[in-house]
Amino acid sequence: MAEVTFLEALRQGLWEEMERDERVFILGEDVGLYGGAFKVTDGFSKRFGESRVIDTPISEAAIVGAAAGAAHMGLRPVAEMQFIDFISCAYDMLTNYVATARYRAGLGTPMVVRGPCGGYVRGGPFHSQNPEAAFLHTPGLKIVYPATVRDAKGLIKASIRDEDPVLYLEHKWLYRRIKEQLPEGEEILTPIGQARLAREGKDLSIITYGATLWKSLEAADQLAQQDGVSVEVLDLRTLLPMDDAAIVSTVKKTNKALIVHEDTRTGGIAGEIAARINEQAFEWLDGPIMRVTAHDVPIPYAPTLEDFVLPQTDDIVKAARWLAKY
Amino acid sequence: MARVDVLMPQMGESIAEGTLSKWLKKVGDPVKRDEPLFEISTDKVDAEIPAPAAGVLAEIKVQEGQTVPVQTLVAVLETDASAAATKPAAAAPAPAPAAPKPAPAPAPPPKPEPQPASPPARQPASQPVAVKSGDGDGGGVQTAEQRLRTKSTPLVRKIAAEHSVDISRIPGSGYAGRVTKQDILGYIERAPAATPASRAPLTAPSGAVAHPAVEPWPGDRVEPWSKIRKITADHMVMSKRVSAHVASFFEVDFTRVAHLRAKAKQSYAERGVSLTFLAFIAKACAENLRKHPVVNAAVSGDSTIYRADVNIGIAVALDWGLIVPVIKHADELSLIGIARAINDLGERARTKKLSPDDIQRGTFTITNPGGFGPFAGIPIINQPQVAILGVGAIEKRPRVVTTSDGSESIAIRTMGMLTMSYDHRVVDGADADKFLADVKKLLQEFPEGAV
Repeated sequence: MAEVTFLEALRQGLWEEMERDERVFILGEDVGLYGGAFKVTDGFSKRFGESRVIDTPISEAAIVGAAAGAAHMGLRPVAEMQFIDFISCAYDMLTNYVATARYRAGLGTPMVVRGPCGGYVRGGPFHSQNPEAAFLHTPGLKIVYPATVRDAKGLIKASIRDEDPVLYLEHKWLYRRIKEQLPEGEEILTPIGQARLAREGKDLSIITYGATLWKSLEAADQLAQQDGVSVEVLDLRTLLPMDDAAIVSTVKKTNKALIVHEDTRTGGIAGEIAARINEQAFEWLDGPIMRVTAHDVPIPYAPTLEDFVLPQTDDIVKAARWLAKY
Repeated sequence: MARVDVLMPQMGESIAEGTLSKWLKKVGDPVKRDEPLFEISTDKVDAEIPAPAAGVLAEIKVQEGQTVPVQTLVAVLETDASAAATKPAAAAPAPAPAAPKPAPAPAPPPKPEPQPASPPARQPASQPVAVKSGDGDGGGVQTAEQRLRTKSTPLVRKIAAEHSVDISRIPGSGYAGRVTKQDILGYIERAPAATPASRAPLTAPSGAVAHPAVEPWPGDRVEPWSKIRKITADHMVMSKRVSAHVASFFEVDFTRVAHLRAKAKQSYAERGVSLTFLAFIAKACAENLRKHPVVNAAVSGDSTIYRADVNIGIAVALDWGLIVPVIKHADELSLIGIARAINDLGERARTKKLSPDDIQRGTFTITNPGGFGPFAGIPIINQPQVAILGVGAIEKRPRVVTTSDGSESIAIRTMGMLTMSYDHRVVDGADADKFLADVKKLLQEFPEGAV
């Protein structure tokens, strides 16, 4: 066992897959010689060579397009967006081309697009976004969003092995903030499409993913200590396809649902989750489905404003307290 | 300019609360003194409640469908019309005013404000949907349906349906008196023992009865039960389950009664009383119940309660259900007193003027479907009593009669069947038949002086 960070676990997963399968290669901006803006691919170029760790021009559309072509030709590309905010430049490639290829032309596109997302790091509007909602609406894609060290590794490996295009969203606030003991020599694979019960409880369920998993767990601790409220926390891990069974199961158990995500509110994934709960567990609800999310504004640069806009532990505590008493 | 409080009346002594079933006036309406203001429905009876003073209905404090303890402020009358006219209607679905547990004010949810569609964005946090007042109910009067919607969640209603529990009876501890999961689960857990005893000590336990669901066929009309239907249904099933029903049949020669009735009818009518066969039968029962105390009794656990009073309930069929007003101290009334009581209770039952007291403390019941023509019927005991008398059609039939010289012949006689269902847990066949024989004897030899 060795204690590793979220970033190190991701790095290990990439490394192991490249060792295992020579079709796997990496492309992106500064991923080679520089080792990536966050050093995720540090040392990869030296080990695997420039043909498998490719520095590209600053064009996300070109990166994704090249990856798609390579995937069609039998390779397993892992494309890095230096900051996930810029994936919007490749939106056309991903939604019109990649997501539809199998349905249009019978062309499988086994590729991963990964990149650092999320705020709480004073990154401002261009370096703090969570783009999952923009792609949740695109049939043909899969979206994973690990929140733990183990899943960072398990999901990158599962994504690389998947036969379909997968967006792998990695929260930069988690990169070096969380650590976990990972067994050496064990192959860690987290199945895509399965949520994980991060904490058991009986009074209400928090459904969340990404960085807000940790804020939700913190809130659950406070509620247990201060209010005697027992909170269950579900980590979705995969956003597309969504694990309806896990969501419905926790709602049927506690009868109250609080959805927490860092992304902005309107059109956010919480709305979709709430609709599914309504459709599948309406008669088990003992209170309205509530949301804690960012406000509907671009993420501000000023620390005080960023703190206000993004959901904090205290916001989750207040919402859960209200819902528990409902 | 005076304001007059209107309270939920203390109707019967065992009635702790009432459901406001319908407002007959709106806020702003002028009302006369004693004019019906609202209808209430209790465990026992539906009644119209008159205005205590003349004025204008200024505020409604209890919405339709809400159940509140007696003496709760229901409305405020303004005796000066101009003062009330400018007042805004009290529309807010306030927490039940004097509910056992004062409902906490609903705190707005914290930061994650549901963004309103229109842009008054400075609103700090919008109210949770469920405590907003109903959709555009301008007058502020909630329908029972709206009230129900604000008082319970889908889960609670599902549990209520599964356990045949009336949500409006459960004190809610959630925001605005909402019944929560804990409330209903606690209620169901406690229900079998504590609930009936604490609510109506003078009536039999009327625990919730599960009536199995049936799938309607296309074109069928499904009508949910009214409160009175539900109470009747539960009570009948409970009675059949609780009592060991046995029935005895006695054929009675009413020829003498018919003769006496025909003779006295006119003079009774002049005194405003309709003299019916039922009055004679009730009188005959009243005279004999004290002699046969086991028939004038109740069962309580492993004991028999022999009632001190003789209070005879008379079943009245109404368009909207069945009700049993009670003639108190029937054994102390003359025939005309009983006849008048039957007239009065029947009339008040039909006009919803009965008070809950009128239908309590019965010790024996008579049901008289004879007017509809049945030869005989077997009634169900009105719990917790132990006997109920059913009256069949009274009509002329051929009958063998023996004259004083011993010769026999067939004669035309006015005959009718009396049926009594009794609870064999305490009333044995001999007790029942001795009582019925005495009733029959009195009816056949009814003293002319008593008419």
